[in-house]
Amino acid sequence: MRLRNRIWSWVRAVARRTRMEREMDAELRFHIEALAEDLVRGGMARHEALRRARLEFGGIEGAKEDCREARGVSFVDSLVQDLRFGSRMLGKTPGFTAVAALTLALGIGANTAVFSVVNSVLLKPLSYPKAEELVALHQVAPGAAGLADFENGLLLSPSMYFTYAEQNHAFQSLGVWVTGTANVTGVAEPEQVRTVEVSNGVLETLSTPLQIGRWLSSADQIPGGPERVMLSHGYWQRRFGGDRSAVGRNLTVDSRPREIVGVMPPGFRLVDAEFDVIVPLAFDRGKLILAGFGYQAIARLRPGVTLAEADADLTRMLPIWMDSWSNGPGTDPHVYETWRITPKIHPLKREVLGNVSDALWVVMGTIGLVMLIACANVANLMLVKVEARQQELAVRAALGAGRGRIVRGLLIESLMLGLMGGTLGAALANGGVRLLLAIGPANLPRLSEISLDARALGFTVLLSLLSGLLFGLVPALKYSGSRASLTLGSAGRSMSMSRERYRARSILAVGQLAMALVLLVSAGLMIRTFQALRRVEPGFTDAEHLQVLRISVPDSMVKEPERVTRIQNEIVQNLAAIPGVRSAGFISKMPMEGFDAPWDAIYARDKVYSDGVIPPLRLFKYVSPDFFRTAGTCIVAGRALTWTEVYGLRPVVMVSENLAREMWGTPSAAVGKQLTEFRSMPWYEVIGVIEDVRENGVQEKSPETVYWPSLMGSLYGPGNKLGAVRTVTFVIRSEQAGTEGFLNEVRQAVWSVNSSLPLASVRTMQEVYDKSVARTSFTLVMLGIAGAMALVLGIIGIYGVISYSVSQRRREFGIRVALGARPGKVLKMVLRQGVKMALAGVVIGFGGAFALTRLMTSLLFGVAALDPATFVAVAALLVLVALLACYLPARRAMKVDPMAALRYE
Amino acid sequence: MDKKQMELLQGTLDMLILKAVSLGPLHGYGILLRIQQISRDRLEIQQGSLYPALYRLEHQGWIASEWGESENKRKAKYYRLTAAGRRKLQTEAERWNRMAEVIAGILESTPEEV
Repeated sequence: MRLRNRIWSWVRAVARRTRMEREMDAELRFHIEALAEDLVRGGMARHEALRRARLEFGGIEGAKEDCREARGVSFVDSLVQDLRFGSRMLGKTPGFTAVAALTLALGIGANTAVFSVVNSVLLKPLSYPKAEELVALHQVAPGAAGLADFENGLLLSPSMYFTYAEQNHAFQSLGVWVTGTANVTGVAEPEQVRTVEVSNGVLETLSTPLQIGRWLSSADQIPGGPERVMLSHGYWQRRFGGDRSAVGRNLTVDSRPREIVGVMPPGFRLVDAEFDVIVPLAFDRGKLILAGFGYQAIARLRPGVTLAEADADLTRMLPIWMDSWSNGPGTDPHVYETWRITPKIHPLKREVLGNVSDALWVVMGTIGLVMLIACANVANLMLVKVEARQQELAVRAALGAGRGRIVRGLLIESLMLGLMGGTLGAALANGGVRLLLAIGPANLPRLSEISLDARALGFTVLLSLLSGLLFGLVPALKYSGSRASLTLGSAGRSMSMSRERYRARSILAVGQLAMALVLLVSAGLMIRTFQALRRVEPGFTDAEHLQVLRISVPDSMVKEPERVTRIQNEIVQNLAAIPGVRSAGFISKMPMEGFDAPWDAIYARDKVYSDGVIPPLRLFKYVSPDFFRTAGTCIVAGRALTWTEVYGLRPVVMVSENLAREMWGTPSAAVGKQLTEFRSMPWYEVIGVIEDVRENGVQEKSPETVYWPSLMGSLYGPGNKLGAVRTVTFVIRSEQAGTEGFLNEVRQAVWSVNSSLPLASVRTMQEVYDKSVARTSFTLVMLGIAGAMALVLGIIGIYGVISYSVSQRRREFGIRVALGARPGKVLKMVLRQGVKMALAGVVIGFGGAFALTRLMTSLLFGVAALDPATFVAVAALLVLVALLACYLPARRAMKVDPMAALRYE
Repeated sequence: MDKKQMELLQGTLDMLILKAVSLGPLHGYGILLRIQQISRDRLEIQQGSLYPALYRLEHQGWIASEWGESENKRKAKYYRLTAAGRRKLQTEAERWNRMAEVIAGILESTPEEV
């Protein structure tokens, strides 16, 4: 009760300070006037009465001060005093304040920006309800060669999905999904949309509330049943203008009208997939086999079930799966035992984040270092400033200011500076986040969720205060204790100073240089990585002049496979006829396009295979005759395909160089050999060996690849049915690639064949390439910025120290010169001091770099984390720049006029 | 020495103020007059120390204040005793009386008694 009263009164006093002052004034005035009136009533003249009343009352201001103290506002008062004083001091040295605040703003801004990314991407839970229960079903199959280095491990087959979904004990729900594209027609311009096909269980697992309508139900998953579809929020807005009556209407997807049943909420992504429409997978259960490992799986764990228990549950179900399904008559379902399929379930968040967390943490760490350097710099500035104010501090101490009060005053000043920096920094961070979003890698997960939220702003405030404390404590502790008598005694005279006086500043400068070295080494390693990446032959040439785009011919539009190939062939001819186009071709998937291609085993005629062992899986691609010439992919041995062979269904095939070497020793030995995918399939003769292609990005090993003709006898169906690849990437080589005029000609060329064919993923190969190295270039840019900031701040730091020490030692230099020291010697003396600091920084920095660059191993390519060349080069750069920074003050020292220096005092 | 006197005075002043306002709400000047009146002018109160004491007592919750109109139609701040203040006054008064009794007893003792 009493405590509450007291606090309340204090709060009121603080909040209504001015009102309280006014009231206090009124109250005291009333007292004096009442007293005076009584005196007047006693016969005194009014004027005299007032004087007497005031006299009798005593010191009004003193009483007021006592009243304020009685209210408990004195702490706030003195704080306000300190704040006023602090801002006056900051205002008196606008140059210092601006430099310090800007330095801090840069540091805080960069940190806030990066933190908001780390916060949004790494720290915040996924935006699904109870996201901690969500998992991605991952499996590895170390026994299935060829899959071993495959990023996604072994995906699920539809039969596996049914077994898992129906027999598990560990999950509330489970589903599989796959991304794809589909053509939407029935509007002015045909459109290719991004799809996710989902099984039952996917939407239930994510359990995201819908914008409108309902989820796809199990009834929608019955093959041949009514066809239904859901829309993303973005597509709903774009296509239907957000009209709620869209639900219930039809959308023609791949030439089939489908009823729209629901719309997802804005920002919804299926794991990491952005999409326009959700289509049910509608597996035909009767036709499923064991194989078909092409589906990602997500599940929601039952409460309390651990990842290990869920793994064990999947392991238990694998034999059930093999016993329940078959790959057809005469096959052994237990061959998969040799694959040693092992479940590796992990949290969905990890699946979404992929390998980005390493890069983000490295960037956060380096930016944090920049902040430290910035703080060191400001601390240095503060030291200089406080040193200049030693007189004032000594006077204040002599007048009775306690040590605590002086420290508080100095700290308040630095905290104010920190907050100024923080405010500016928040503005910078706002711009920085936008910049990050603009230059950030497009494959950065959860990109759309990145924002400067309350947590990030809280981080800014915390960082501002912490940095203020950090750089404020150094001078506060150093000078608050200076003995008044000593400093007052030496008033106005600057002696030849002992080293003691700038030791703190030297230590700070050395620390800055050390941290700068660490950052520069990191940046250097990224540059070397980038160079190494650039040197890698990706398997295509002159990517800037290579136009790529995807076109799909659905079977609802064109039924006969051969017709599909004819249409594709016609498109190629039309494209090649565009003026300036050198050649054109197509392939089922270009390297680095970022989606999965089929994988399967092949058997060579001249090799012996034991039963029950599946040979390594190879990447399968399907090509048109002119593809390799267009893309600039070298044919190492043999020759490329011809159209005659395609239409003649000639059993010819091409293989990658690494596959040829693995199976037959040399590329030329491979030509003429025969291979097949299935026992029932004819033998295909190897006619060409193709250079290795960096399929999954330049950092990844080239997979062993088989290049089939785009039109073949059907692999799976009985009889002599044909199969053609319906969705292919067209490649066009032209100097005009990527220009708007050229793209118009390309569209006309395609539409003159069939006007309802949409063009998708229209890019130059350079864009595809850039995107695939985006993580590296993003990290490089960030580290480059951090390194440059660190270098500049470090240089300013060392320059400041040297130039200050030179100005302090003027007298000493004057005496030295007067006693006969040659100016060159003085110059050397100063430079030696700078080099000593730089070397100390380099040695300490090496220690830090040894420890820290290890953490970025996963980001490096073609360069060791302890690359000597980078270390030496960076060290040399740092020492050299430090020398330059010392040279200017050193010249000043050399030119000291002994007479002037001595007379100066 | 000086300080001790102040403290003693302060403690007493607080009690006197509480007593003064216990008879009805008063403004600061009124309190001064009331104390002088009931002490029959035997107590000299430092006017400057009255207000800090009022503020302190209000801060502690013994008295409460509100603005009102004085006898001569002027705006004045009136203080009144709170419930807590009434209890406080009672205990203070008892303590004071006990103390006075003890001290009086000591001072009145004769050499034989010691």
